Amino acid sequence: MPNLEHPAYPAATLLRLESLVPCRESQVSMLLSIFGERQQFTFPSIFIYGHTSSGKTYVMQTLLNTLQLPHVFVNCVEYFTSRLLLEEILIQLQNCSFETKHASHVLCDTFNDFVRMFKQAVTSQDLQDQTLYIVLDRAEQLREMEANILPAFLRLQELTDRNVTVVLLSEIVWELFRPSTGCFEPFTLYFPDYSIGHLQKILSHNHPPEYSADFYAAYINILLGVFYMVCRDLKELQHLAALNFSKYCEPVVRGEANERDTRKLWKNIEPHLKKAMQTVYLREISSSQWERLQRDDGEPGQLKGLSAHAHVELPYYSKFLLIAAYLASYNPVRTDKRFFLKHHGKIKKTNFMKKHEKTSNHLLGPKPFPLDRLLAILYSIVDNRVAPTANIFSQITSLVTLQLLSLVGHNDQLDGPRYKCTVSLDFIRAIARFFSLLHLKEGQSIGP
Amino acid sequence: MVQRILRERFCHHHATGKPFGIEHQYRHLLELLKRTTVHGESNSALIIGPRGSGKTMLLNHVLKELMEIKQIRENLLEVHLNGLLQTNDKVALKEITRQLHLENVVGDKVFGSFAENLAFLLEALRKGDRTSSCPVLFILDEFDLFVHHKNQTLLYNLFDISQSAQTPVTVIGLTCRQDILELLEKRVKSRFSHRQIYLMNSFDFKQYIKIFKEQLSLPAEFLDESFAQKWNNNVQHLSEDKTVQDMLQNLFHYSKDLRSLHLLLMLALSNVTVHHPLITASDLHEASKQYRMDSKANIVHGLSVLEICLIIAMKHLNDVYEGEPFNFQMVYNEFQKFMQRKAHCMYNFEKPVVMKCCAALCWIVAVHRHKQLTCQTTCLAWSRKFRKRTGLVRHLNTYYNWS
Repeated sequence: MPNLEHPAYPAATLLRLESLVPCRESQVSMLLSIFGERQQFTFPSIFIYGHTSSGKTYVMQTLLNTLQLPHVFVNCVEYFTSRLLLEEILIQLQNCSFETKHASHVLCDTFNDFVRMFKQAVTSQDLQDQTLYIVLDRAEQLREMEANILPAFLRLQELTDRNVTVVLLSEIVWELFRPSTGCFEPFTLYFPDYSIGHLQKILSHNHPPEYSADFYAAYINILLGVFYMVCRDLKELQHLAALNFSKYCEPVVRGEANERDTRKLWKNIEPHLKKAMQTVYLREISSSQWERLQRDDGEPGQLKGLSAHAHVELPYYSKFLLIAAYLASYNPVRTDKRFFLKHHGKIKKTNFMKKHEKTSNHLLGPKPFPLDRLLAILYSIVDNRVAPTANIFSQITSLVTLQLLSLVGHNDQLDGPRYKCTVSLDFIRAIARFFSLLHLKEGQSIGP
Repeated sequence: MVQRILRERFCHHHATGKPFGIEHQYRHLLELLKRTTVHGESNSALIIGPRGSGKTMLLNHVLKELMEIKQIRENLLEVHLNGLLQTNDKVALKEITRQLHLENVVGDKVFGSFAENLAFLLEALRKGDRTSSCPVLFILDEFDLFVHHKNQTLLYNLFDISQSAQTPVTVIGLTCRQDILELLEKRVKSRFSHRQIYLMNSFDFKQYIKIFKEQLSLPAEFLDESFAQKWNNNVQHLSEDKTVQDMLQNLFHYSKDLRSLHLLLMLALSNVTVHHPLITASDLHEASKQYRMDSKANIVHGLSVLEICLIIAMKHLNDVYEGEPFNFQMVYNEFQKFMQRKAHCMYNFEKPVVMKCCAALCWIVAVHRHKQLTCQTTCLAWSRKFRKRTGLVRHLNTYYNWS
């Protein structure tokens, strides 16, 4: 029993349309009722918003193609300047009609020319009695173009006096688009996110033919359970599902379990999915690397992402330099005297400190420090005497190249270079494990 | 059939029927234009009113009525300019040339200044075997965009001509900005006649209901008379229904202009089919709900649980530090504290995972970037939603209890 009914379009087409857009029937039926019959007028502009991969582009394209409504589909990220965008729309318009055989290049600089050429193009074709749809995907890019483009598109029906509707697809809500002096308000339609049931239904749709639908559905269930809290993006979930399915099937392939042994399959796949969360989901390793790892069935501990710090091996003094840089960045200058000198006095808390006690230094990010301070701290933390040779200085420069330190300020600053430490506490802890500096660290890393 | 007529009325801005409540302005404008076209007087006027109050509609009505007079129809030349399309003066001048059909006359001439060009055009109009030239009507839509052009040369020249020259020229500007006069330069302002026509949507709720009825009714010339009668009776019935009146009252308080009413009626109309031939009150209620959906709440609904936790953390930071900027580290700390308090279901996510979510969130939620790469969020407006959301998170937590 088809859900979508409309007098203007044959039932068979609607049935096919319905099969192509699962879980989106209500949105499609709303769109159909708004579009009305082919020659009827509809809203001059429609704004469709929804989260990423909620099906906006897909539904729009499927709808327009299946019902064969005359349309122009342009992605605003691909045609990122107004000129490119307008020219592309005109070129696609030429392709829409059956009269012109080839698309000749059009020169269209301004919206004024666009309106003129648009009026000519529409009159010269058999589009006169049908509504023409101009669909602009990623419409948030329109805000970056000239200020008149967005309001002009919203009023295109009025400006050209033709039967045309502009549909804008975006992830961002309409309130953030509205120009300051107002504009013609479009009709806003929300594409709700897929619920977990919908996601299950859609993902289970494309199961590989060798296994039964129930088996795949159970797998999807497990996958959603792990990833749903973090990510509801259909594209990402599809990617993850495709990558991890072979691992899931392994016990069945090896003969250890049959399709119904959910517990065993779950035990097999669960640590794998947790690892996937840290690596493939974050795009730290590519999917081909992931597949290779799965095939080799490596040790779980060997999985290293891009940001794993174990692979950075630094020379002896570089490690100290890095620790010194961290201390210099995160400890305020007045505490240096206390921490690094043998005989120090107490530090009185001033009013200023009392006010700002709440924000720990850690949270605010690293602060820049001059080179001299770095060397001073270095001398105090290294047990034996360090000579200020060129070796040390070149190691500082190589740390900058590795982007573990960063240079702050201009190159030709006369006072001396200033640096900032760009690594996190975990990294420093990992390095410091090589030395028995831990007791020193505990006293020093915590700010006031 | 019904759909076609009503859709045209709502969407296509065809001037159907008389505009309501603006008879005074209508007469004023009509007088003005008649004086130009019939008596040859030059004039200028500004029509000011908020968006959707019917400025263009008023002008079109007046023009339609004028065109019924034969003498005017043959003589009057209209030039329609729009601030959105003609974004600078050169383009505007070319457009004027084109609309006056004087491209051949101008040919390849190069003019020293804008004024020369315009004077040439008007002179050319004169040369068509007449002692005096035809009256020209310049209509400038989105007038407030023209004032941002360089030196306001177009405006200066147009108003100059309307004050001085021999050709009867009327310049009518339409704008939504009330402070438009302050934006004009001194020399332009002095040449403007300071004639302003205000359209302020000055009808009250009773008239609003009448307008609602009138807009929905079918015209008398409708082919199927019995159906038209049924339809109009239904409309009458709807306009007396208490719930419909409440809904209209709501809409009226939100925005008085007719454009939003049209949008609503269009939505309700789209449900009308052969099986469902009359609009019911529930149609209108559905349409009203759809129209007034809170888009931000919708977007928040679609976020994953982790992202909602991050928003709560950001909101908390915003409250505690009273709007000062914060960075990711602070948000993560806040998130950790939050996790420790509601420890039962969600396991602690690794920092990079949280960072990825946060980056996605910043994109969607318009978290503003402060200059030193720290973020400040504008979810202050969502404060009411958050009490519901924390409840929702707890609910979500119990729902997705995985372990």
